[in-house]
Amino acid sequence: MALLDVTDLTVSFDTPDGTVKAVNGMTLSLDPGDSLAIVGESGSGKTQLAFAILGLLAKNGTAGGSIRFDGQEILNLPESKLNAIRANEIAMIFQDPMTSLNPYLRVGDQMAEVLMLHKGASKRDAFAESARMLDAVRIPDARARLRMYPHEFSGGMRQRIMAAMALLCRPKLLIADEPTTALDVTVQNQIMELMADIQRDFGTALILITHDLAIVAGSCVKTLVMYGGRVMETGATDDVFAAPSHPYTRGLLKAVPRLDVPQDKLETIPGDPPDLTALPAGCPFSPRCPASHEPCATTMPVQEAFEAGRLRACHAARETVA
Amino acid sequence: MSAPLLETRDLSVTFKVARQGGWPWSPPRELQAVKQASLRLEPGRTLGLVGESGSGKSSLARAIVGTVPVSDGRVLWRGEDIVSMDTAAQRAHGRHVQMVFQDPLDALNPRMTVGQIVAEPLRTHFPDLSKEQVRAKVGQMMERVGLLPALINRYPHEFSGGQCQRIGIARALITDPELVVCDEPVSALDVSVQAQVVNLLQELQREMGLALLFIAHDLSVVRHISHRIAVMYLGRIVEVATASELIANPRHPYTKALIASVPIPSPKAERARHRPVLEGELPSPMSPPSGCVFRTRCPIARADCADATPAVMNIGNDHLVSCPYHSSTEASPL
Repeated sequence: MALLDVTDLTVSFDTPDGTVKAVNGMTLSLDPGDSLAIVGESGSGKTQLAFAILGLLAKNGTAGGSIRFDGQEILNLPESKLNAIRANEIAMIFQDPMTSLNPYLRVGDQMAEVLMLHKGASKRDAFAESARMLDAVRIPDARARLRMYPHEFSGGMRQRIMAAMALLCRPKLLIADEPTTALDVTVQNQIMELMADIQRDFGTALILITHDLAIVAGSCVKTLVMYGGRVMETGATDDVFAAPSHPYTRGLLKAVPRLDVPQDKLETIPGDPPDLTALPAGCPFSPRCPASHEPCATTMPVQEAFEAGRLRACHAARETVA
Repeated sequence: MSAPLLETRDLSVTFKVARQGGWPWSPPRELQAVKQASLRLEPGRTLGLVGESGSGKSSLARAIVGTVPVSDGRVLWRGEDIVSMDTAAQRAHGRHVQMVFQDPLDALNPRMTVGQIVAEPLRTHFPDLSKEQVRAKVGQMMERVGLLPALINRYPHEFSGGQCQRIGIARALITDPELVVCDEPVSALDVSVQAQVVNLLQELQREMGLALLFIAHDLSVVRHISHRIAVMYLGRIVEVATASELIANPRHPYTKALIASVPIPSPKAERARHRPVLEGELPSPMSPPSGCVFRTRCPIARADCADATPAVMNIGNDHLVSCPYHSSTEASPL
């Protein structure tokens, strides 16, 4: 059975400028211990998808559809029930570790609190386990570090602390939202190694949310490409990179300069990211798509399987095969 | 080799920071952001400057533009020292050197229209131009960077990030500068928009004969746009070479680690990539290590690395490296 099943999820926000449609009918599933990268640019809805899973949507947000975790429907659960799932079953790592840690509390107190609250552990046990976990994310001298405040750590160290904190209750699913975007490339490398170790040592399923295709290539088994709140294509990472099927994925892959292969001129995707208050009735990528034609702007293509383990939503791609 | 457009010689930038402990009698502290940086930039060429946060690349750029004071060393513009120029001469010089900033929306005044923003450098440097001349020039420049001139009366918040960066570029180019300093110009942009801006900068460079000082932490982008690349670490320039030479044949252990850390958007290449995890993080610039600043994280450090700052060596092909043991390391990680 799949660990996570998202079906036809929609997320929208009422704002003074109109309704912002962040997620528009997303379907995805994730098996226990699996790793899925969700790739998208700003405004693709990738972060709101994660927030909907954890019940963290802003007050003006509405979610529809279904999110089943471990067989249980968790969308729109009351706070009290969600708190039993958060941290215990699903944990999240955010982009900026400094804003996610409480600057007034010692790291040890923040970490121990998680175990005392969710597992009813004693203070002594909670601190001992916190120290073990800091050790597991390779923070040297863990016991002493528990007595330090977040500002005494560097960015990479803080992200390690966030990861340690997320793992304290041994969740089945870890959602990492742009965990390395704020970090330098050498430190990014360290954190991605850590993510791989976490997967191996704890058997945690991982959803990695990122805009960076290069990070995805080395870290996740499956890849899902989002645009305008919809799935453009999904499949095994190797297949998606080797033979991208959606014009958006192809465009993205060609637009990134590569260190190992020099290019004369970068290929571009014309236009700008979508305006979520005024999405086209059809495919959200159609205004920028080189293969866009008659049905694209008016009818949303259905998400369909086309190869083993691969799904896509594109009129043009289907017609070229037919 | 042609005469350099810009040259820095042993340029240092030092910031005074709060006294230790914050008492009036405690000793003042200094932060050495850039130490003895020497660079050359030829007309119409691109020099890339890479390094991690805190490496001093932005401070170096700002010292060149003149927005932070130079504490030591010289900045030569066509052989003439601009640090010792009087204020009037420095201001006149300003039209030759313009800057493009990282956060496109932050760098634009929200209360000014696009037309006013792009025209501002003209008003400063060419006060004699008539209103019509200014308007015509602004319209031409907007069109050149891919903005509809009809949008001249709009405000920055009505534009996307990529368009705002185009406005920033239009403002930088309106005085017809010879050098544009770009400080992380594409880091805040989405991948699909990043390529548009990189291509635009390259086109403008070819058309207008611009020299670019291109600062970014993303080595892949820097390699794509630059002719030469300088690598900085903790305020020091550790290696300079042509872009292809630096990537194919890096000599400094830090450059190697940096190149090896860059992920490649290909699962196959990623599996083959040897991930050398560079241990630790950048030391504090308040108290840099003695001798070679990289020695605390260097895989090939020896005892004598702590003694003296390594001299810059030219190892041929105008490839400069400041590591005496550069030949003792293995080949490029790529």
